[in-house]
Amino acid sequence: MSQLFPARSNFIAKISILAVVLFMAAIAGGLVWYIYSPAFTKVGVAIPQPVPFPHNFHIAALGLDCRYCHVGVDQSSFADLPPTETCMSCHSQIATTLASLQPVRDSYANGTPIQWNRVNSLPDYVYFNHQIHVNKGVGCETCHGRVDTETTAVRAKYFYMSTCTECHSNPEKYLRPQANIYDMGYTPSEAQMTLGAKLVKEYDIMPPNQLVDCSICHR
Amino acid sequence: MTTDNKSQEQLDLAALRKRLASQHGKNYWRSLNELAETEEFSEIVKREFPRQAQFLEEFSRRDFLKVLGASLALAGLAACSPREIGKILPYSTAPEDLIPGKPLYFASAMPKDGYGLGVLVRSEMGRPIKVDGNPRHPVSQGTSDMFMQASILDLYDPDRAKNITAQGTVKTWDDFSAALAAQSGPNLRILTGTVSSPSLADEIQAVLAKFPQAKWHQYSPLSLTRGALTQVFDQPVSVQYHFDKASVILSLDSDFLFREPGSLRYSQDFGIRRNPSESNGSMNRLYVVESSLTLTGSNADHRLAVRSADVETFARALAVRMGIQTGAPADKMPGLDWIEPLADDLLSAKGSSLVIAGERQPAIVHAIAHAINQALGAVGNTVVYTDPVESNPIDQLASLRDLSQDLDQGIVDTLLILEGNPAYTAPADLDFPGLIQKAKMSVYLGLHADETAALTTWHIPAAHYLEMWGDLRSYEGTTSIVQPLIEPLYGGKSSLEVLAILLGQKDAKGYDLVQKYWQNRLKESNFEVVWKQTLRDGFIFDIGLFPQPIAPQVNSSVLASVQQSLASDVLEITFEPDPTIWDGQYTNNAWLQELPKPLTKLTWDNAALVSPKIAQSLALNDGDIIQIKLGERSLEAPIYVQPGQAENSLAISLGYGRKQGGKVLEGTGFNAYSIRTSSAPWFAGDVQISKTGKTYQLATTRDHQSMEGRDLIRETSLAEYLQNPNFAQDSPDEQHSLYAPVNYPGHAWGMSINLGSCIGCNACVLACQAENNIPTVGKDQVSRSREMHWLRIDRYFQGSLDAPSVAFEPVPCMHCEQAPCEPVCPVGATAHNAEGINEMTYNRCVGTRYCSNNCPYKVRRFNFLKYEDDTTPSLKAMRNPDVSVRMRGVMEKCTYCIQRINAARIQAEVSGNPIKDGDVRTACQQACPTQAIVFGDLNDTSSQVRKLKDSPLTYALLGELGTKPRTTYLARVTNPNLKIKDQA
Repeated sequence: MSQLFPARSNFIAKISILAVVLFMAAIAGGLVWYIYSPAFTKVGVAIPQPVPFPHNFHIAALGLDCRYCHVGVDQSSFADLPPTETCMSCHSQIATTLASLQPVRDSYANGTPIQWNRVNSLPDYVYFNHQIHVNKGVGCETCHGRVDTETTAVRAKYFYMSTCTECHSNPEKYLRPQANIYDMGYTPSEAQMTLGAKLVKEYDIMPPNQLVDCSICHR
Repeated sequence: MTTDNKSQEQLDLAALRKRLASQHGKNYWRSLNELAETEEFSEIVKREFPRQAQFLEEFSRRDFLKVLGASLALAGLAACSPREIGKILPYSTAPEDLIPGKPLYFASAMPKDGYGLGVLVRSEMGRPIKVDGNPRHPVSQGTSDMFMQASILDLYDPDRAKNITAQGTVKTWDDFSAALAAQSGPNLRILTGTVSSPSLADEIQAVLAKFPQAKWHQYSPLSLTRGALTQVFDQPVSVQYHFDKASVILSLDSDFLFREPGSLRYSQDFGIRRNPSESNGSMNRLYVVESSLTLTGSNADHRLAVRSADVETFARALAVRMGIQTGAPADKMPGLDWIEPLADDLLSAKGSSLVIAGERQPAIVHAIAHAINQALGAVGNTVVYTDPVESNPIDQLASLRDLSQDLDQGIVDTLLILEGNPAYTAPADLDFPGLIQKAKMSVYLGLHADETAALTTWHIPAAHYLEMWGDLRSYEGTTSIVQPLIEPLYGGKSSLEVLAILLGQKDAKGYDLVQKYWQNRLKESNFEVVWKQTLRDGFIFDIGLFPQPIAPQVNSSVLASVQQSLASDVLEITFEPDPTIWDGQYTNNAWLQELPKPLTKLTWDNAALVSPKIAQSLALNDGDIIQIKLGERSLEAPIYVQPGQAENSLAISLGYGRKQGGKVLEGTGFNAYSIRTSSAPWFAGDVQISKTGKTYQLATTRDHQSMEGRDLIRETSLAEYLQNPNFAQDSPDEQHSLYAPVNYPGHAWGMSINLGSCIGCNACVLACQAENNIPTVGKDQVSRSREMHWLRIDRYFQGSLDAPSVAFEPVPCMHCEQAPCEPVCPVGATAHNAEGINEMTYNRCVGTRYCSNNCPYKVRRFNFLKYEDDTTPSLKAMRNPDVSVRMRGVMEKCTYCIQRINAARIQAEVSGNPIKDGDVRTACQQACPTQAIVFGDLNDTSSQVRKLKDSPLTYALLGELGTKPRTTYLARVTNPNLKIKDQA
């Protein structure tokens, strides 16, 4: 009985196996590339909002403090967005006819909320608390980037678990003095590692082994 | 669920008795199955999650592989979907004091059968999410009962009535008020439950004044003692008991730890006297004479199980011994040898002893109890009489009979039923459902479209107490303001608002009605200040509002009556409030339905409880359906063999077998109201039972999570404890461990549970459920051992089948320092934190269940089927935002309320003030009326929990395993009278 397959079939078979392996590796690599790319993480991608709120103008030009609007940030787990009346505290006097502020005026008149699109979000099983971070030396900029340069708020970072554990394992690399929490473009007055070590003591930060306990964030 | 032939081996009770008799020392058992070591029991023990693969039985191998492949593919896809970006909707104008993410607390009052319980409600951005006792309120004192905890689910119940309807068509409030104003003829009848609300009573009086032919009737199916009490004293009297001052207590069929309006306070007062280690070796002693095992009976030092009808015999025998002029007992009964030592005991504690007669006992038993109290000098000390607390103290059965008569004669123009579902709860002989339809116009204000709503011409959705303004008095007279936490979800109205229509104030708001009433009543010059203070505190501090103490005399003609006794071989039936769903108003509450009843451990059903002797003589097994024939009425119900049930007595609880009013109540239990008549609302002799040959599947948790009879309960008598306070200690052998000891330099959280003061009331179980978003699983899943309660209460019997003693043991996660669950987790989803808490990370768990397999305490619960309903909007609003809602396929367990620890830690770190003892309280600890659960920092030498851990009564569950549990127990001490030898 003659052979069913010619000798070169062996080569095709080997190439096919290799092709399958390469194809799978390409898919896996593609997926990894995708989940780290802005297409997935939305880092730096402008998110449309019902009212254009230029953070850069309000912070850099007017010099508003973060807490003027995000009132709960140092008192509560949730930083919160301002109620419409906060906007109207100025905009009842300034730019009262600006067309782009019509939703704000409507909201104030009708008592209906403005529907902002979320920029940063965490999974439901992660319990992040703004209050403790802001009171213990973590600046807004550390997670949210240079908000003072943004015409539309964008994600500065995608929050992987490693984003959190990096700081929880090495808090001294990131801590700031209490006076600089809300500063944008902050540079430490001395080497960060020396300052950080001092601040860890001053703030009485928990030891890193406790800071990475699961129940610190998950419950 | 009824099946015709189910093979179940008949328990050989005679053999069980013999085995029990031959055992020496204490032997604890949880069920007859366990004692008999039946196959059913060993199956449950062998497999923690028995029959877990049962859904797949129908599958062929090929189908199974298909489903497996598909689910893998789908799981892969689900993991890749990008997260949806949500919206944030800030307020337009922010409410005062509200910081999103921080809870607010408001004081209010919860109605329970017309009386108020002070509550403090936690509100998260306008959503009430948890109800606890108000610490300042003299009745709740910060503690709660299971109904208080479950009331939050009632608020968000998706089955609540949502529209005003007239004969099925949707109408508006304007339609209704026009119809009521137009049709209200002179013969108006108002039917309410017990009313203690001063403003409501005042408004009803105003309506009665405006319509001279109108009448006010009251009926609440469990508050029928008023007639008997008024007969005893010739005047309406409210009785308050002070169990904190009582050293010797006799209960004549009274379940005062559960069913009195003052039960919550009574439980606290009773519990603090069960702690000999904290009170120099003194504690109270409780004698109970009752038919069916109740919460109170299970906490007794001496319990006599007799038919309810025989309680009178016992009371008369005691009265004769105490020298009270009364008719002699008609016959002999077992247990009369108690009388002598009991009387001596009561007399020796003169002034600090008391006798309490049960709600369902006739006037003579109440008369004897009060006569004995007077003879004992209890009046003014442990027993206080006051003017009645309720607004209109009438005999409610007589009142309902009058109303029925008027309805029957067709003279009623308008019948206004203000809550209570009387079409379902009224005695069967009155045919109330038929009579309602004889009124020309009938209006029902009720939370659900229930049996009564189906019969009335109008149904108005009622406002839940968390949605309305009102006021209530508690059993001892404290007046609380009911304030709403949320706008009515479905436009519900309060009784005040409905009655206001009749006074020509169609759109009167509840707030104005209540506020105006108190402004007139208090006549304060600075009313605004008083009012604000009242709303903050939750009750009105005004001494003039308390009922005046009086000194009524017992009517001697009641005492002189002659006993009509029941022959000793006649079978009696007793009706009881259900241990979890009460009179039927909570039948649609899934938390209460699934809460194992304290003594039977049944869920989702009631059953006819019979004694082992009756079961043996009729060859009946659990779940066999019998026909119960009482007079001309009959009912089919499954039986359940209950150790400790009086021999010739059959008990059935009210509240089940409902047909309308929601999805949860469908197909649960059997309607005992259908055979309950107005002539015998509590117990009746001469009931006939017969086997039907059918069986019914009951879902009971009594054998679940068994720790297989190891040395789990340690208890002793007071006398022995005083001789050897260290009786509970393990032998001092050094414990060796292969693992290195771990240091906990910061906080070290731990818990101590006092088995002596735990009364088994179940409040902790529901508090845990409400705090931790614990789902219910349904009857079918319960019968597969899949209930999700993180905290369970094990109930153990000890002693004989017919008169066992009972011990309760709450079992949460032990948070072992050497936790057996941790090394076996392949993904590190369960681990220890730096404060010694065994933490469970749901998002990491892959559901191997190895941890549960390795847990000696069986405290881990596996979420088999995504039990949490995350689609119903109202239920989403109820969840505690600080606790994850768990998905399918993860293991869950008690976390020591880690969210509360984290909150306290953040507060401490931000403020700079370290956490003090009491800053972190777990939900179960907060709820416990007897302070049996204490939680705190073991490294804090001044903390209460540290002191308790150092008590000689402290022992660890299965301590010999070397798991070093952080949760430990205080051994139970009971206080039996050495002169009484209990029934064998």
